[in-house]
Amino acid sequence: MTTEAPISPASLTEQDIRRIVREEVTQAFVKDPGARRAAIIASKGTLDWAYPPLILATAAAAAGMQTSVFFTFYGLNIIHRDFEKRLKVDPVGNPAMPMPIPMPDVLTGMPGMVSLASKMMRSRFAKHHVATISTLLDSADELGVRLIGCQMTIDVFGYSQDDFRDGVEFGGAAAFMSEARRAHATLFI
Amino acid sequence: MTTDITVDELVDARDLMCPMPVLATAKAMRRLEPGQVLKVLATDKGSLSDIPAWVDDTGNELLATDTDNGVLAFYIRKSPDR
Repeated sequence: MTTEAPISPASLTEQDIRRIVREEVTQAFVKDPGARRAAIIASKGTLDWAYPPLILATAAAAAGMQTSVFFTFYGLNIIHRDFEKRLKVDPVGNPAMPMPIPMPDVLTGMPGMVSLASKMMRSRFAKHHVATISTLLDSADELGVRLIGCQMTIDVFGYSQDDFRDGVEFGGAAAFMSEARRAHATLFI
Repeated sequence: MTTDITVDELVDARDLMCPMPVLATAKAMRRLEPGQVLKVLATDKGSLSDIPAWVDDTGNELLATDTDNGVLAFYIRKSPDR
């Protein structure tokens, strides 16, 4: 049996101590389970806003994080079985939205504009080879991302649990907070 | 030189946009044995920061990065202890 020579504090330089502290902190982060969890809220139900929670959730899961996304209010559109039809983008009140020519709200508010803008966004995304929402949802499933529908808003909006894609779980604020308190990465989108 | 690196598997993520190059990398890495090397091709300029960040988060090793005509190449060795 070998025994390590006891470290005498007098023989340690300031650099040694700094190095030891740095190594211990690194180790603590490696061991910290909170660094391996992400909890995300998806609260918006438009085509543009469907992307951020799904992109971040799949990226987190691909990096080995246990990831949950809690879909509440309009965010429920993303996990609805009819998400392809439901996810649209409205140029009204969004001056940041790129348009072929500058248009005032009085024009972008005309009938048919929501459908036109949604088509434009879909084709622009496809042209740039951005993954579709469908692909991202499938990736989330494949990576084991937990998709959780907010039961309260499901009831208030008149949905039933069958309206949502297979594998979706259901829960409330306490279920999300229970995930969030264990995760360093928590996002409200 | 990157030409000296023995590659065990290739992921072609050219034309794919964030986050797909990282998802494709993670998926391919699962098939590799520890110590084997994955080469990832990508054209999404975000990959320049995304792939190294993913490699760091997952404890793998980025052996080299290369660029040829706008195509980025990443050489990643799977960590032996995972």
